[in-house]
Formats: sequence, structure tokens, C-alpha cells
Amino acid sequence: MQSDLIKKEYSAVELVDSYLARIKATDEKLNAFITVTDDFAYKQAKEVERIIENEKDPLKSYPLLGVVFSAKDLYLTKGVRTTAGSKALENYVPAYSSTVIKRMEEAGAIMIGKANCDAWGHGASGENSDFGSTKNPWDLARVPGGSSSGSAVSVAAEMSLVSLGTDTGGSIRLPANFCNVVGLKPTYGVIPRYGVTAMASSLDTMGNLANTVEDSEKVFNVMRGKDNFDSTLSDKSVKFNNKKIVIGLPKEYFSDGISPEVASTIDEVKRVYKNLNYEFKEISLPTTKYSVAVYYIIMPAETSSNLARYDGVRYGSNRQNMGDEARRRIMLGSYVLSAGYYDAYYLKAARVRTKISNDFENAFKEVDLIMTPVNPDVAFKLGENTNDPLKMYLADVFTTGASLAGLPAISIPAGFSKDNLPIGFQLIAPKFSESIIFKAGQDFQNHTDTHLKSPNI
Amino acid sequence: MSKLKKSDVEHVAKLSKLDFTDKELEKYQSQLSSVLDFFEQLNEVDTSGVEPTAQTTGLENITRSDEIDAANILPEEDALSGTEKVHNNYFIVPRLIKNE
Repeated sequence: MQSDLIKKEYSAVELVDSYLARIKATDEKLNAFITVTDDFAYKQAKEVERIIENEKDPLKSYPLLGVVFSAKDLYLTKGVRTTAGSKALENYVPAYSSTVIKRMEEAGAIMIGKANCDAWGHGASGENSDFGSTKNPWDLARVPGGSSSGSAVSVAAEMSLVSLGTDTGGSIRLPANFCNVVGLKPTYGVIPRYGVTAMASSLDTMGNLANTVEDSEKVFNVMRGKDNFDSTLSDKSVKFNNKKIVIGLPKEYFSDGISPEVASTIDEVKRVYKNLNYEFKEISLPTTKYSVAVYYIIMPAETSSNLARYDGVRYGSNRQNMGDEARRRIMLGSYVLSAGYYDAYYLKAARVRTKISNDFENAFKEVDLIMTPVNPDVAFKLGENTNDPLKMYLADVFTTGASLAGLPAISIPAGFSKDNLPIGFQLIAPKFSESIIFKAGQDFQNHTDTHLKSPNI
Repeated sequence: MSKLKKSDVEHVAKLSKLDFTDKELEKYQSQLSSVLDFFEQLNEVDTSGVEPTAQTTGLENITRSDEIDAANILPEEDALSGTEKVHNNYFIVPRLIKNE
């Protein structure tokens, strides 16, 4: 696409035309966008054309030149409505942009719209958006996964080339897995959180969704690095040293609870890797079974604190406009932090979190990567879990471990069920070792074609 | 850890600054109780001598020099742009302290 733009096979404005036409034709069925930013996109497209006209080697200074992206509506965008998927911010127009948005713009990318999401990032299905649920393009009666629901769908249904998402307990990896796209959660402390609606500050990561591991890496390189605002960042990066890669298979992630189709798809992934000279080793992450419980104590606790700022005074509307799930999590969080319960719940969970981190650290002494399913089954039906919050929380069973330990992880398309529903796999790496993830992901995609398939919509 | 009472839920609602109808309070009481029951499993984990994790970066005390950086300034006009309830560059807030 970029070489086409530079060779003037078509213009950036024509590129935006085609994406907007696609959105117009398709999004009514999918509801992936809360705000489509036509004017903004055309303005950026004109700038891209100006760059192509004037720069000798435009891709050097503008590595994402012409890349059309959507941004989850948690990312603050100056002058462009940002709702966080909630009625409480229905008319909020930020006075500044998040660091990541600024970096995308400076790299020549074009923002086509703000993607729908579970309000405040609270959800695993997309059904908690105050603006209606996003639908799965592979089966409109099913959820796309959440909370980066619109992000996954905008990429899967070709309404954007890539998307910016956030992942606190699995919110990029799960929708990517249900929609047949690549979803990257980086190491905690690599991509700035400044200017993104905070959910749980010790767990939130900014990441991306794309059609290929190659695209994901390119966007990652633009997003990453210290900024002047987020003090939890490090520029550390572990380079892949070309050794033979050993992948660990944690026995606790491969129990009877996994559907036969997910199990056989992961077996097929293993076959591909074995043919590529990767080695496999069985490992154990014993404290893993407690990840969901730990996560649903720590995350609501931090969320209740972060959402305290929404008092409707300086921006936004009345706090009582928050939806059910937001109120549930604030309540849960306030309870586990309250006097008399703090030690029994929050402190206990924080100690178990240390044990979970230690499990991963020990495992990485024996292996370079850890492979797991992303979810025990394929995308569930709309409405299936909405009456049972606890059942919905269990969707995070395989993704919360890496979140609690601050580790990078990726969801990669692997295959389809007999009902043509996507099944992906997850790779988890040690901190700052995204390079190993990209290497293994690229190798897989060089020898398979699942990621090239598109839904019929 | 005992089952959640209605008064517990009312107390937490007050801490959270959230208003609920009676029916909603009942619904949340039941849902939150199930979630709290789910947390009981953590009692199976031996955490004696284990330090709690507050954050995973290992970083401490990140500072910057106390100098004005123009890139880090949000102009007053922008800061006030989110609401119409402003007066002389101040936010108008609900009254908190009531005169007797």
C-alpha cells in the first residue's frame, strides 16, 4: 500500500474515500465505530500527499505513511469526541491527545474513526458499550469479544488497516482471537499510557490490532518509548539472539475445559512450529488457576479509584450516567479496599499476584516463549453471558496471568471451527522480549494462511 | 468472610458516590455476593512471607527537573473547555459545605 501511494497509483485522499465507503456499506451491521472522523481523515490524507510530493524518502521519517487506523474510544484525541464507550462522556471533547495518537499522526498515519468498546474497558464481549454492542463479522449473532471490540472488527472487516486498542486483562487478545486478527499486548511499561482513559493503572497497556504480525510490529515500533508524561516507562528492549526457540506448554492451560476444536487447532499450530525446528517443553504455572480471582480484586480496586474523577464537574455528565458494569466494578473495588476488608481481599490478591509473576519467571528459565489458547472456546452468542457477570469474567481465564505479571503477549489467528468461527493461539514472552514474539509470529505466518482469510461481509 | 448484607451494599454505594434504587441494591447484593464467594479460593494459596505486588516495573522515584517545558503545559482555556459551568477562569462546583 505504501509503495502504491508513493508511486501515485492512487492518492491518500482516494484511499480515505475507499475506507469511508467501506464503513458506510458495512458498519450499520457491525457497529464498530462510535465516531467516524471523515474531515479529520481527509485533512491528514492531504498532509500525506504533501509529504509524498516533497520528501525524497518519505518512509524514513514517516514509517506509517498512509496507514489508515481506528482508535479505541479510550484514546483521547484533541478536538475529536472521546466517549470511553460511556454515556457519562457522550459529548466529551478532549483538550489534548494521548501520546500514542500524537506518535501515530507524526508517523504519517491517518485516523478514520473512534472504535466502539465496552464502556471504560469493562467487558470481554463488547456488549457493555453504552452505544450498542459491536457484532462479530464472522457471525452477526455472536460477540466480537471485548473490550477492544470495535478495534478488532474494524480490522477484520477491512474498515481500517490497523487499530489501537488497550489490554488490561485480555481486552486486545480476546477480540483479536474471536475475529481472526493479530492482537498485541506489550510489556507493561513500554508504550505510554498518557492520555488514555485509565482503567487499572498497574495493569493497563496500550497495544494494537492488525492483519499481520509484520504490521503489528511496525505500529508497535512507532507507539513505544518514553514520553514526558508517563513515569512507568522504560526504553529497555531485549533483542532476539537467533537461537533455537523453546516454547513452553503450561499444563494448567490445557485442561478438560477446552473445546475439542480449540485443542485440535493448537495441536496443528504445534505441528507447524515443529516443522520449523521449534522445540516444545511441558511446564507448570501452578498459581495460574487463581489469576481470574486475583485480577477481579485488583482491577476493580484500581478502577474504583480511577473512576472517582468522573464527578461531572470539570467535564462529562453526571456520574449516575455510568452503566451497570461500571457501577458493579466500582462497588466491588470500593468493597475490597474498604476498612476491615483490605487485608483479606486486596492485600491477599496482591501477594498471590507475586506468586503468579514468580511462576512465569521460573518458567522462562527453561523456555523462551509460552504458548496457550486465548480462550477455551469460540466466540459466544450475544446475550449468552450478560445475565451472569461472573461467567463473563471467566472469559479472561487464559489472558489475565500475563497481565498480572506485566508480560508481553500476542494473539495470532490459527484456524476455524466447523462453523467458520476463528480460533487463535497466544504466545507470552519475558518482559521487554517482544522481539521473540515477532520472530515466532512471523515464522508462523510465513507458513500458514489463516490470517489472510476475511469474513464474508 | 461473611455473606454480603444489604447494609454493606448501601455503605459501599455511599463510598462509591453512586445512587441506587432498592431493586438495584438487591440485584447488586446478589451479584457481588457470588463474586465474593468466588474469591474464597484465594484462601487455598499459602502467601506467608510473600511480598505484595503493587506494580511490575521495578522502577522507583522517577523524577524530572523542576523546569517549565512548553510541551507539558495545558493552557488554561483548554483546561476549562470541558464544561460551561465556569466563572472567571474557575470551575463552578456543587456546594459542599452547608451553612447551618
